Amino acid sequence: MTERSLTFTLNGQPREAKVDPRVHLGDFLRHSLGLTGTHIGCEHGVCGACTVIVDGSPVRSCLMLAVQIDDCTVETVESLGKPGDLSPLQQAFAANHGLQCGFCTPGMLMTLEAFLRTTPAPTEEDVRIAISGNICRCTGYQGIVQATLDTASTKANRT
Amino acid sequence: MSGRFFGAAVTRVEDARLLTGTGHYVDDIELPGMLHAAFVRASFAHGRIRSIDKRDALAMPGVVAIYTMDDFADIAQGPMPPMAPHPLLKTPITYHPLSDTEVRHVGEAIAIVLADSRANAEDAAAAVILDVEYLPTVSDVALAHEANSPTAHSQHASNIAATMKAGFGDCARIFAKADHVLTEQFDIHRGGCHAMECRGVVANIDLLTDALTISTSSQSPYMVRRHLAAYLDRDENGIRVMTPDVGGGFGPKANVYAEEFAVALSTIKIRRPVKWIEDRQEHFVATTQQRGQIWSIDVAFDNNGRMRAIRGHCIHDNGAYAPYGLILPATAIASFPGPYALEALDLTVDVVLTNLVPTSPVRGACRPNVAFLLERLADRIARHLGMDRQDVRQRSFVKAEQMPYTTGLKARDGSPISYDSGDYTGALNLVLDKIAAKDFEARRKESKQRGKLRGLGIASCVEDTGIGPFEGASIRVTPAGKVIVATGASSQGQGHRTAFAQIAADALGVELEDVTVETADTAKFPLGISTIASRIAVTAGSSVQLAAHKVRAKAITFASHQLEVDEHDLELEGGAVRVKGIADMKIKLSEIARALAGSTGVPLPGNMEPDLAATAYFNSNALTFAYGANACEVEVDPETGDVRVVRYVVVHDCGKLINPLIVDGQIRGGVVHGIGNALFERMIYDEQGQPLTTTYGDYFLPMASEMPPIEIHHMETPSPRNPIGVKGAGEGGTIPAAACVISAVEDALGPNGPFIPVHPISPQQVVQWLKATR
Repeated sequence: MTERSLTFTLNGQPREAKVDPRVHLGDFLRHSLGLTGTHIGCEHGVCGACTVIVDGSPVRSCLMLAVQIDDCTVETVESLGKPGDLSPLQQAFAANHGLQCGFCTPGMLMTLEAFLRTTPAPTEEDVRIAISGNICRCTGYQGIVQATLDTASTKANRT
Repeated sequence: MSGRFFGAAVTRVEDARLLTGTGHYVDDIELPGMLHAAFVRASFAHGRIRSIDKRDALAMPGVVAIYTMDDFADIAQGPMPPMAPHPLLKTPITYHPLSDTEVRHVGEAIAIVLADSRANAEDAAAAVILDVEYLPTVSDVALAHEANSPTAHSQHASNIAATMKAGFGDCARIFAKADHVLTEQFDIHRGGCHAMECRGVVANIDLLTDALTISTSSQSPYMVRRHLAAYLDRDENGIRVMTPDVGGGFGPKANVYAEEFAVALSTIKIRRPVKWIEDRQEHFVATTQQRGQIWSIDVAFDNNGRMRAIRGHCIHDNGAYAPYGLILPATAIASFPGPYALEALDLTVDVVLTNLVPTSPVRGACRPNVAFLLERLADRIARHLGMDRQDVRQRSFVKAEQMPYTTGLKARDGSPISYDSGDYTGALNLVLDKIAAKDFEARRKESKQRGKLRGLGIASCVEDTGIGPFEGASIRVTPAGKVIVATGASSQGQGHRTAFAQIAADALGVELEDVTVETADTAKFPLGISTIASRIAVTAGSSVQLAAHKVRAKAITFASHQLEVDEHDLELEGGAVRVKGIADMKIKLSEIARALAGSTGVPLPGNMEPDLAATAYFNSNALTFAYGANACEVEVDPETGDVRVVRYVVVHDCGKLINPLIVDGQIRGGVVHGIGNALFERMIYDEQGQPLTTTYGDYFLPMASEMPPIEIHHMETPSPRNPIGVKGAGEGGTIPAAACVISAVEDALGPNGPFIPVHPISPQQVVQWLKATR
């Protein structure tokens, strides 16, 4: 297989890489770049666990080929806070028990990160619709929804 | 039992890693020289393999080896050991690690391909050519139960693998004299667990010692070690099994799987690390499923609605194998009589093999099935007598003053089963109060004005939790003063590390961040059973408490020697043993740990045993029974048949709460699983055993947009059967939820609507039922 060269921005850093055209973005991030925070849940574009942000929009990294990110800006869960320095959304997830096994969590966070940029004051229904493409089998979603609403209202109160 | 941390809704110590993408799941493991595995799986439900041609596949890029069962003959052979042998199963019905010759369901693994990448392994798997003699297939459990059915195993004369019977009292007498008898047929459908992380295994071999190291996404790493060691005829000491972060389990990951054995055998054969990660398509055809049962039930009751006796016959779909023995049908029987004080019970369960994926417990095992039967029957009786549904229940329940209540059934060891504590009537009254049932008709009217049919559903349940024999824990204080808790209990997202740290920190007077909990690594703790059946808080939680108290006693003994103070005058606080009332007179745990770690030539004070450490196993010899009452409201769209659960209220009693945040999370997730069973999740097979729902576009899981907020109220009746007073909480949300939702749908369809004895229900069915009422 002929590898293709890519230039892209990943979590704020300019990157260059070579990739086999058959490799999807999720596998490329995980296995070529070692960013294992992005999880692969179904590989048919329904569960949303593999969601990352490309050029500002949430995308399913299992449905996008790695070669498609040439000249794009990619953000993964690794771009958010670190242990000990969590982002407001991550902190709200912990406070509201918005995660249990943690497998869907990176996809949830990236979906909601993109959502809150464009919808800073969502209703509960807005949030539920925003994550209606992300499956969580553990939490029943309520903690995730509350975490998102708390994050939005905390930010609104600050500004 | 309460302390600074026990009982507090502290946030989880697990979260920071999992929120930042620094969790470590099995697919995150990379080892030098590692090969990637893909399985050649059956695309047919029943057939005999005449030959396997792997020549073309072996020539493909990156392919290193392709093994079938024959290739392992020099290492091991025959079927896998049964996880739960049962005397009624004379011959174990288990998989071979790779199919020997007869394949019995779509998805059964036939060969394993090892290549330098998963993609190359998958390409080669598709190029392996099978010559197959197709055999008659049975994919419908009712047909499989019939005498002239094709058999799922060609060598069997019948698909009935076992018939289990249980009961108590004199059913014949009560039915003969009862005021009323009703008979109903129930059909409960098959679904899956659908943990968001599929299964996966990484095996490695030490080239000098031949020791195996296996990381597996499992609820039962110690069972993997035990059964693999037996299969390989090795000592357990040469096999280390551990679970990394596991992305959900929900029951099926408690099995020991053929793929775990096949990957281990491949590693032994090729002498390189091998990784296999199940993909979602495989998950639909190779991970166990559950709930398929057909029941015929007679119920006897009196004029005032009191349920007196039940006779039941069940056709239980066990799928193509019985890897977990008869645990599901046994759980079905043990789930009777639920919260009801029956005078007699007579059950027969036929365990039937089909050419479908095997079944084993999925969240709740058969408890949700039986809760569905009992709660639907309570509604049915109320309708028959024109009574309120809660009146039937309250007249039929075991009363709080009857506790401990001997149900009439026997446990596996022959001892009588008894409910330890609880107030089922109180729970139902509370949930009806919280959902404001008395104002429901006003809400029904309001919905009607919007063109929606509103219904109120209720359902109660009792859940046996904390099943034995044990889990264990060891606690060690390091010379740095850190507390290390190790346990065999594996975690799949339940927050065990937090809960155990809470228990240990209270007992030892340290902060949560001083405690590190290590779970499910056979190299770090010698024994473990499984994280199943809502048992870990009871078994491992109690063990942590017992071990911590031993360490505490040891620290006090040491300090008593050093400080020359009576033990009764000492307490643990702030990471030190100190004299009560004299804050300065203390000795730090780190100092005690260092002293008990020993120095050359210095005897330990009082000839104490070295190491500030202890191990404890809590033998959970009697089940402890959690219970709950649920109420919900649905709105049905009469045009489309769409059902929305708009309110859901849970009253739950799991004894003392270690961490309310975690317990509420378990209940909410459990309820949503049950709503999925009621309304969405339907695993469909055609007559040839081909699965028709193998993507999340076809098999619907509950999504955020369809789920209601779930309101939870706790009653806390401490369990008298363990030292921390807890009962299990992992499945109590799921058990009554499908019954509760279907009860509400039936109520919404009105008095002319049908009795609903099935789930899941579909919008098409709802529309048809409504048509029939007009």
